[in-house]
Amino acid sequence: MAARALINIPKGAKRGDIVEIKTLLSHPMETGFRTGADGQLVPRDIIEKFVCTYNGEVVFSAELHPAIAANPFISFTTIAMDSGTFVFAWTDNHGETQVQTARIDVA
Amino acid sequence: MIAMHADGLTRRGALALAAGAFSITLVNPARATPEKMKAVIDAFTGGKKITEGRVKFDITLLVENGNSVPLSVQVDSPMSAQDHVTRIGIFNEKNPLPEVAVFNLTPRCGRAQVASRMRLNDSQMVTAIAEMSDGTYWSATSEVIVTLPACVEE
Repeated sequence: MAARALINIPKGAKRGDIVEIKTLLSHPMETGFRTGADGQLVPRDIIEKFVCTYNGEVVFSAELHPAIAANPFISFTTIAMDSGTFVFAWTDNHGETQVQTARIDVA
Repeated sequence: MIAMHADGLTRRGALALAAGAFSITLVNPARATPEKMKAVIDAFTGGKKITEGRVKFDITLLVENGNSVPLSVQVDSPMSAQDHVTRIGIFNEKNPLPEVAVFNLTPRCGRAQVASRMRLNDSQMVTAIAEMSDGTYWSATSEVIVTLPACVEE
């Protein structure tokens, strides 16, 4: 699973600010309910789990189902505590995980 | 209406009947029902009482393309360590599966606000349920009309 991930996060923030994080992973989110050109069901291929950690602590996570649209977009907020790294991890139903990181500078 | 003769089914009627039965089996794959949705919601809440309110559920009410429908949920909560939203679940009535997503929030989120995009297979009710740290459940429901459903294209 080598998909493109887009992360939108402010580069800098004041301590205590609530910042909005927007994430999008390029992924088909194949439901497993569609039939392909050969009449066979297209095998399910979906992101099931999304986790965001901030300096090692989980601040937000999500369980996704096939009803989430292709190229899963998730947006949420977090409090800017310290300068550091956000780690975003998407895991699919085959157990493969894609990780993306982003930096924030907190003044 | 299938043509019937006094002596029973005609050839044309039999063909129409067979074609009808065939197309029904083709276009009716597994689907969630309001009962399945209720069962999944009960599993989410552990059967606890759900109160309408405190949840602001934004979703387009008239959807042209069910493949990607933006939605956002905001819950009225201070998001403090003592009083915060722990989970937000989104459920639907008529997609093949009743679950859409469950978002796990922490006090570190600062605000109980999430957004995503979902698929809609048909015009239906979509519900957002928030679980609070005190064990109460709050909800908001929207009825969405879909003109081009998802899950139909090859």
